[in-house]
Amino acid sequence: MEVPILKQGDYLIASIQSALTDADLSQLREALVERVGRFRSRGVIVDVTALDVMDSFAVRTLRDIAHMARLRGAETVIVGIQPEVAFAMVQLGLTLKGIATALDLEEGLNFLNRRGKERVDRA
Amino acid sequence: MTAKEANPSQPGGKSRTEDTAALLRELVAHLRQNRTQLREEWARRITQAKLLTAMTEEEVFAEATSVYDNYVEALETGTFEALQAYSRNLSERIIPRGVETHEVVGIVLLLRDTMARSLFGKYHEDFEKLNRILDAYEPAANRIANTVAVGFVQERERIIRQQQEAIRELSTPVLQVRERLLILPIIGVIDPQRARQLTEQLLRAIRANRAKVVVIDITGVAAMDSNVANHLVQTVEAARLLGATVIVTGLSPEIAQTLVTIGVDLSEMATVGDLQGGIEEAERLLGYKVVPLAEGQPA
Amino acid sequence: MPDNNSSVPIRSDVDIVSARQKGRELAAECGFEIGDQTVIAAAISEIARNILMYAKRGEIRFRGLADGDRQGMVVVAEDQGPGIRDVSLALQDGFSTSGGLGLGLPGAKRLMDEFEVVSEVGRGTTITMKKWIRRGHA
Repeated sequence: MEVPILKQGDYLIASIQSALTDADLSQLREALVERVGRFRSRGVIVDVTALDVMDSFAVRTLRDIAHMARLRGAETVIVGIQPEVAFAMVQLGLTLKGIATALDLEEGLNFLNRRGKERVDRA
Repeated sequence: MTAKEANPSQPGGKSRTEDTAALLRELVAHLRQNRTQLREEWARRITQAKLLTAMTEEEVFAEATSVYDNYVEALETGTFEALQAYSRNLSERIIPRGVETHEVVGIVLLLRDTMARSLFGKYHEDFEKLNRILDAYEPAANRIANTVAVGFVQERERIIRQQQEAIRELSTPVLQVRERLLILPIIGVIDPQRARQLTEQLLRAIRANRAKVVVIDITGVAAMDSNVANHLVQTVEAARLLGATVIVTGLSPEIAQTLVTIGVDLSEMATVGDLQGGIEEAERLLGYKVVPLAEGQPA
Repeated sequence: MPDNNSSVPIRSDVDIVSARQKGRELAAECGFEIGDQTVIAAAISEIARNILMYAKRGEIRFRGLADGDRQGMVVVAEDQGPGIRDVSLALQDGFSTSGGLGLGLPGAKRLMDEFEVVSEVGRGTTITMKKWIRRGHA
């Protein structure tokens, strides 16, 4: 099942709607990285609210997305991780070190806007 | 079971159980006849033995009456369901009064003895019959004592479990001190079960309160081993996955020493000396600016 | 306790998703709370992927458990793949022969209460893992 990717200004928003297979996840990664280049996006939000479990493959894919997007100039935020999903992840030994996380889409957008402002302030 | 009993051709086999039933009937009739006297005798001995001191004499007498009747009924019918239900109900009422297990066991044994003495009195001239009566009485009486005691202990354990649960809930409050800031003061001993509960509670609270910063204060934590420390690290990481930053405060020098010695990686964890400092740091992260009153607007 | 006895064949990545979904449903029926349902689903996901990566095909079965006054769930993953040469090594954190995170088996082991691997090189691997419902909520 393909994950819809929305372009909103400088940002791309991928909102996962249902459980994903490994192939779906790989496809999401490729689509996002391609679009970050095509639209010269500054930020990527991956909304995982609908995921009721995250295993090592899902986490590795999210990490790859964040790293590849960063190499192409975009910051990634993972939003909507459910409390019990987060707890199972840490028990499994999975973290998203170095990758931004936020409670939900709104918070994710706030985060990217602040980041953008900081960048402008520095310039 | 003896070889004699096991042999079905032995004419004693069937008539023996009939005999027991008849003896129990006789026994029950005797206990019913002497109900008033025996019940009073029993209540008196309970008081003498200083059992059920948490209850008034009237209460003891009222309960003694019910127990007596239930006891005799169990002897008569040979079924224990009613007695079981009654003893659970009784336990429910007397446990909050502080009645202890040994008291319950004590009163049931006293009743057994009171009844047995009365049987001695009645049959002391016919030693052979007394023996047969006691043979019929003993197993039933033991089973009754067992039923009541087990019922009590089970009820007590259920109440203890409930209370432990309640205490756990109480002892781990997640406090919202201001918008988007939660404080989790941990006090006492942390075992794996409590650590898990703490984490689950905190994660739910982060979501419900849309918290951005959490201060976990461990000033009140007595000791920390690698298990607990790893739980703490997991809690911090899980909170971050929900988008909240965790600040840990109140790490005592001893605990800090332990953590370093056992090699727990705290590099990812923000720590601040005390709770006050932690809250200030949290407010800074949230973009609040704390201004001394003198510099603020005149009142 | 449901004596639901389900099995899911593992042949492609779609089956990983159905295995963990079925596992989660059974965990819920057995009375696990949502936290442990998630943990069980994650563990199933890891061992199912393990089958797919190393043995290409296999099967995952699960059912409810009752042992005295304990209740729980058992998950069995079975394949006729190449087997694991050194089981204790495969259960070490960070060990992976497939370029993954190396969290598959050790991760699943951490999530469950009991975890047993029986493997024979050239014959296959059977992983049996159990989770018990935590007491104290009675």
